[in-house]
Amino acid sequence: MATVDIRAVRKTYPGLPFEVIKGIDCAIADGELLVMLGPSGCGKSTLLRMVAGLERISQGEIAIAGRVVNDLEPKDRNIAMVFQNYALYPHMSVYANMSYGLRIQRLPKAEIDRRVRDAAAILELEPFLQRKPRALSGGQRQRVAMGRAIVREPDVFLFDEPLSNLDAKLRTQMRVEIKRLQQRLATTSLYVTHDQVEAMTLADRLMVMRDGVAEQIGTPMEVYTHPATVFVGGFIGAPAMNFLQGEVAEGGAVRLPGGVALPAGTAAPGQAGRPVTVGIRPEHLAPAGEGVPGLPVTLTVDLAEALGADTLVHGRLAGTDTSLIARLAGHVQARSGEAMALTVTDGAWHLFDVESGRRLADTVGRLAKPAA
Amino acid sequence: MHKRVLFRARWLPYVLVAPQIVITLLFFIWPAIRAVEQSFLRQDPFGLRTSFVWLENYARLFADAAYYHSLGVTAVFSLSVTLLSMALALLFAVMADRAVRGATIYRTLYVAPYAIAPIVAGVLWLFLFQPTVGILAYALNQSGIAWNFRLDGGQAMLLVVIAAAWKQIAYNFLFFLAGLQAIPKSLIEAAAIDGAGPARRFWTIIFPLLTPTTFFLMVVNIVYAFFDTFAVIDAVTSGGPGAPGATNILVYKVYNDGFVGLDLGGSSAQSVVLMVIVIALTVVQFRYIEKKVHY
Repeated sequence: MATVDIRAVRKTYPGLPFEVIKGIDCAIADGELLVMLGPSGCGKSTLLRMVAGLERISQGEIAIAGRVVNDLEPKDRNIAMVFQNYALYPHMSVYANMSYGLRIQRLPKAEIDRRVRDAAAILELEPFLQRKPRALSGGQRQRVAMGRAIVREPDVFLFDEPLSNLDAKLRTQMRVEIKRLQQRLATTSLYVTHDQVEAMTLADRLMVMRDGVAEQIGTPMEVYTHPATVFVGGFIGAPAMNFLQGEVAEGGAVRLPGGVALPAGTAAPGQAGRPVTVGIRPEHLAPAGEGVPGLPVTLTVDLAEALGADTLVHGRLAGTDTSLIARLAGHVQARSGEAMALTVTDGAWHLFDVESGRRLADTVGRLAKPAA
Repeated sequence: MHKRVLFRARWLPYVLVAPQIVITLLFFIWPAIRAVEQSFLRQDPFGLRTSFVWLENYARLFADAAYYHSLGVTAVFSLSVTLLSMALALLFAVMADRAVRGATIYRTLYVAPYAIAPIVAGVLWLFLFQPTVGILAYALNQSGIAWNFRLDGGQAMLLVVIAAAWKQIAYNFLFFLAGLQAIPKSLIEAAAIDGAGPARRFWTIIFPLLTPTTFFLMVVNIVYAFFDTFAVIDAVTSGGPGAPGATNILVYKVYNDGFVGLDLGGSSAQSVVLMVIVIALTVVQFRYIEKKVHY
């Protein structure tokens, strides 16, 4: 049983006028894989390094398996970490790399050998045990780094962008391997990445971070279907969510530019005149006239990009300067300047407060909530 | 890709390297050839008559107990200087690498002695330890240690070793610091997570990763101790004290026999042997040790 509890954690550096981590709370359950996602500089690696004990915690506390670890050295926290550059000891063989920590713990030789060989078998590293890291490919080095973490049988795995040095194909393959391995070992894991595909596919739960704040913590589908802020809506999903400036009208309808309006009851009643930001994902726009219920809109096409399976149509909401991207299934012919009739899937819109960027609690979310 | 520089005129590259080649030929190769030539000759003190004596100079050299004594002194001196200066430089580099505040100041101060001429360094240490006026010599005598390196060969050796090592620390420090900074920080962090304390991290991770630097410095330091310490010896002890000379290292003996004793042939023979020793040491180091320091 190893839970990780992050309670009101803050981080300041001497000489820096602002906080790098501005008070984050998160409880990670035993065996759970939490992915921390955000743009570079958002503090995700700093938070991970605070859990590892490589950075001091300025305020708040972090507990691993119920024990507060603020003042413990990294070695006393029973964690293992996989670094972005793997951090393999270049002068040691793969076997020596993996057994280094165990030898320090003075485990019996037979036990060390058993654990290293077990891990090597899982990771298919057996033929390389006597090699030095420089004689390995990037993917193999990555696996050695994982092996070094596994043999320690830690309470928690910490991953700091472990796949970002690999090429795209290998990254996909290793992502699947990490997922499989984590499920097999059922070890609580914290995983830092800036890659949203990695985050969506690996995470049991996702923490989306910006400027030292956890904007939203939830399952990948929760974060996708109910983004808590404009930032989360725009960060998750590719291409990014379309944002339109709207205004609440009588009866909770929302007027959008170009004479389009979301139906009555979308916003809470009694807020007429309130400006709102409306988010619509490109994939929730579909060609009109196929019996799809929804909100009709007209797009003035700028440019169409065929991706093979889908076509991205860039354009503007007819009669306005509001740009809009639609992701349409299949190959769609569209010429610049052409007017295209589209339908927004019924209820697939998100309302956010203009000032704070927060999701409006009274939004009627008609997309199916994921079974959590 | 190998980048090639193209010159418009064919003669230009030769002209550009010519000064270096001329200097090398004039100040290194030609004297070396003259030394070999001289080592087969014998000359009277006034330089009036010169006769060819085959290997007689070498034969006399290898029959001379004072020469073997000088060889032993050189071995002790070079090893001590190399070990002392490298060990202290490594210690200082590790500490400067850890310093958070004022790291630049430490670096500058540590490097400063390298800018001092060897003769000045020698005189500086001489002043400190001069048996009659030296302030540290006075302190030593006051605390009951009979300090007089003019009489005690061991003390004389200690003093020249310290003076010669002190000057070389700066150079070693720079290279060790650069070597330390080239070690990725994540390696140290990984070792810390693996449970290694600072001492263990140093001996199992940092020190092995520094071996290429250490090896390079070892070669440089031995060559330094063999040749460049001449001025320190000259200023502090002049090879003494005692008849065979407690600090009479080979390079000083070459000078002393040749230019003071005016035995040019014997002195040349010594310098040829010295040259051969250093060439042999360097070859051995590169052939056999360098293979083991790469990872």
